[in-house]
Amino acid sequence: MWFFIAPEVVYGEDAVSRLSQLEAKSAFIVTDTNAVKLGFVDKVKEQLSKAGIESSVFDEVEPDPSLETVNKGSSQMTKSGPDLIVAVGGGSVMDAAKGMWVEYAGPGMRAEETNPFTSGLGLQKKARLVCVTTTSGTGAEATWGIVLTDKPDQKKGSFGSRETMPDIAIVDPQFAAEMPPGLTAQTGMDVLTHSVEGFTSSWKNDISDGLCIRAIQLVFQYLPRAYKDGKDMEAREKMANAACIAGMGFINSMCAMAHACGHSLGGVFHTPHGRAVGLFLPYTIEFISDACEEYWAEIAYAIRLDVPKGKKAGPVLAEAIRGLSRTIKEPLSIKETGIPSDSFNNSMEKLVDNAFADFQLVTTARVPDTQETQKFFRYAYEGKSIDF
Amino acid sequence: MAIMYGSDEWAKALCAECNKSQAYKDAAKNWEGDLYFMVEPREPWLEGYAMYFDLWHGECREACVVAEESDRSPKYRIWAPYSVWKQIMEKKLDGVQAMMTGKLTMQGEMAQVMKMPRATTELTNCSLLIDTEFPE
Repeated sequence: MWFFIAPEVVYGEDAVSRLSQLEAKSAFIVTDTNAVKLGFVDKVKEQLSKAGIESSVFDEVEPDPSLETVNKGSSQMTKSGPDLIVAVGGGSVMDAAKGMWVEYAGPGMRAEETNPFTSGLGLQKKARLVCVTTTSGTGAEATWGIVLTDKPDQKKGSFGSRETMPDIAIVDPQFAAEMPPGLTAQTGMDVLTHSVEGFTSSWKNDISDGLCIRAIQLVFQYLPRAYKDGKDMEAREKMANAACIAGMGFINSMCAMAHACGHSLGGVFHTPHGRAVGLFLPYTIEFISDACEEYWAEIAYAIRLDVPKGKKAGPVLAEAIRGLSRTIKEPLSIKETGIPSDSFNNSMEKLVDNAFADFQLVTTARVPDTQETQKFFRYAYEGKSIDF
Repeated sequence: MAIMYGSDEWAKALCAECNKSQAYKDAAKNWEGDLYFMVEPREPWLEGYAMYFDLWHGECREACVVAEESDRSPKYRIWAPYSVWKQIMEKKLDGVQAMMTGKLTMQGEMAQVMKMPRATTELTNCSLLIDTEFPE
């Protein structure tokens, strides 16, 4: 027995107008200052007002949202008393909104106390959650995961249960069209990492496999185009779809080592999530290469990647991903992200501890031990292909 | 010679494997808490009420079969039908997946367990090193 969980997905041009069809008394919009500045929040409010829904706004979500921000937002939410929560933003905003939803629905319940086994939260009794994604990366609009940062402890934590899945995901490409090239690249690498890891984790399954493999195809085909020309609306729409598809895929099969190490690096050095996990992806493929050779070959076939006779598909795929990263000017090593070697070396114990505490490490097809994890980080710092 | 699953000897063998394993020591270095492993529904071949393990910072300090529930007051209690335990032991079923689908039930501070997922994996790996005889 296993589960596949997904929200109602509204996608394509003008998907945001789905908001005008909803029934609710009042909405609480969770967002950030950037989405306000770009006019996204006004567009959402306009649709809600068409449905006669009053709205109030909390726009204080920061990148890598903290537990404190979630507490603050949920307090304001409680004062406002909405029966609809609308998250407008990227992964940080959507994750913060999920955390606030938990705390709003169950007084005394903390977002960081939720875990995959939590049940009986009764979230919909208080409000429904609609996620309007403005990036094409995390797929948080279609996942129940909540990544929040414990700032004093320099640690990102993964929380959430199947009940924290949004009710509706709105995937309207007009929002992602505003992303600058750098953000397009980072978030695109996040999509690729979700889909590759979701396809090869130890919890992979028939239902998520199809989603993951399609998302991989879309990324290889459309990410370079979306990066090169942000107004290429076909590429934007395909990448927005890919992010959502990958989200639904990986949340039902879990991710792996690139995510465990990416979360760890992000927690210590604030490396953007998509950049961090994308950076570790080729190293992860090399590390678990033999354990998943059949799956790498399936991915290579799906993206028409030529695997020369006598070569294994894993390392060839890893190189293809490095090639994609070069095209979209993403760093290939930790060093290239600008982290000084002394800071990196001084943080090694923390990096390994954080990775070990991340659930995604145990769904990796080859689970590393302490020495291997240290070595893995060192190789990724230097940009050296994994050979152990 | 194979050791019967669920016996006092088997519990002590798992304890010894944990204490030999550097991987377990590393993964469970922050783990604090003893536990009962219980087979529910009860099987006629069971020696006692539960297998008890006192796990502390990567070390197994004590392991035995307890005759009565009240013999110890462990922080965690994990129970499942014998068929589920066997599937986990044979690596046909992931322990965490078993919990998520309700095949295996745990009482205790789940958030703590989720912070140390590798400790669970390494504990399972240690159990695989025991030459186990499974009752039919």
